[in-house]
Amino acid sequence: MLIKKHQYLAFVLPAVFFILLIIVVPFLIGIYYSFTDSNGLRSSFIGWKNFEVLFQDSTFLQSFWLTVKFSFVSVILINLVGLAFALIVTSHNNRLTKSLRTIFFMPNLIGGILLGFIWQFIFTSAFQAIAAAFHLDFFKGWLSNPSTGFWGIVILFVWQMSGYIMLIYISFLNAIPKNTIQAAVLDGAKATQIFFFIKLPQLAPAFTISLFLTLANSFKLYEQNLALTNGGPYRSTEMISMYIYNTAFVNFQQGYAQAAGIILFLCVTIVSFIQLALSRKREG
Amino acid sequence: MKKSTKILLGFLFGIIALFWFYPFIIVIINALKGKRGIFQNPLWFTRDFTFSNFKTAYQALDFTSSFFNSLVITVASVIVITLVSAAAAYALSRVKGPFSSILYYLCAGTMLIPFQSIMIPLLSLFGKVNFLNRTSLVIMNTGLSVSLSIILFYGAFQGVSKTLDEAAALDGAYPFKTFVYIIFPAVSPMTGTVVILNAMKIWNDYLLPSLVVNKDGMYTIPLKMYSFFGETNSQWQLALAGLVLSMVPIIILFLLLQKQVMTSVTEGSVK
Repeated sequence: MLIKKHQYLAFVLPAVFFILLIIVVPFLIGIYYSFTDSNGLRSSFIGWKNFEVLFQDSTFLQSFWLTVKFSFVSVILINLVGLAFALIVTSHNNRLTKSLRTIFFMPNLIGGILLGFIWQFIFTSAFQAIAAAFHLDFFKGWLSNPSTGFWGIVILFVWQMSGYIMLIYISFLNAIPKNTIQAAVLDGAKATQIFFFIKLPQLAPAFTISLFLTLANSFKLYEQNLALTNGGPYRSTEMISMYIYNTAFVNFQQGYAQAAGIILFLCVTIVSFIQLALSRKREG
Repeated sequence: MKKSTKILLGFLFGIIALFWFYPFIIVIINALKGKRGIFQNPLWFTRDFTFSNFKTAYQALDFTSSFFNSLVITVASVIVITLVSAAAAYALSRVKGPFSSILYYLCAGTMLIPFQSIMIPLLSLFGKVNFLNRTSLVIMNTGLSVSLSIILFYGAFQGVSKTLDEAAALDGAYPFKTFVYIIFPAVSPMTGTVVILNAMKIWNDYLLPSLVVNKDGMYTIPLKMYSFFGETNSQWQLALAGLVLSMVPIIILFLLLQKQVMTSVTEGSVK
């Protein structure tokens, strides 16, 4: 053994310290919190009550279903757009496709708060101008209506994430051996056949990765939600992260909010285990 | 493919790209206008043209101070994260045993926990000892990022042959020296990835800083942008100029390191 025991500890202990202090300890305290009526100052143990109340709290249930609906819609759209972009930028290797790659990826650099404000301007001022110029009611008052407000967050999120997911698809597309495709072309395969029978099967792992990345990210979405609609009108576009934040830091029901946080954790964990099981199954 | 279809496709792709890029354009165009110009036509340039919004926004955002707060917090966090996680990952990759496996699974497990599920106890923990400032933000950023960074580094160290360690040990080098001078430099591409991924995340973060350093003199760019936006009260020309200022640093950095950024982002998610 080259590394002695005390040296080993010197290497790993700082990391262990940070993980325990910032994640493990708060997580354990959090589990206890979720069984209390803590308001940040005082707390007493109340058993399962928070969870019982949560499942009858219409605001919570609404934000939970909104998050599920949002995740479902954005996962599909982001993967479709991301895959389309990946196919576009790998179709030729020239200056145009190189700059397309940059442009498609750029929204991903910007933080959620800034993204939310950019799109708030588009949905209010720019859309209003389009509505007025072409007499299209479709473009009127997007953020003052629950359903178009929902689609506003979806559009923002698709704009932000597609370029990221594109990169994952590109890396898998590039891993397909060139001569496989050349052989197919020699055998007279059409572009659509090459896509469906050669590229698509090779993209299966990329699909799993992208699917769950988008899913996890949309479950945790907060800043975009805050800057674009701030949950409005009337908490109708408030997703689960924002629900937790507002319950804990605006209404000071910290124990109750923590119970919702535990439910969020369980959802993310279940989704991750499904992903793990799926990729294991494919490899095995 | 025929030449005409090629041109047609290029044209189509160009339109898609323009459409995708248009939100940036529209922000810049309207940041260069007065209030009236935005009202007349927010979609394109009008006669109303001015640079003065940038000056106002720069002062209102207290941009020099917010920029340096963001910079100091990001740089400090990234340095600590990189050193702590590289050291731990090195030991994990060289010493196999129950403790190493437990630690590896601890990293994988803690990555599952969403920040929103621990933010309330985390905040009350640090609030109780009255330790909410830039230093504690760096500590929290580190704790939240080491797990993924250790796993990324671990993969890279596995790829570095152990004969290098053995040769260094024969030459009389201690593990610490071997690590600093031989093994750590050998994984510099992964170091680049870890630095870029964490820097992007921390630079853009809003939620955690809003809970920890939401006070005068400590504001980061996203925090200041959020409060400035509330103050501008639908004076879009100022808000948009502020947005442009806030986006400029990261976009410049991206254009300089484009290839490296895109590789890092891919590696960070595929591994």
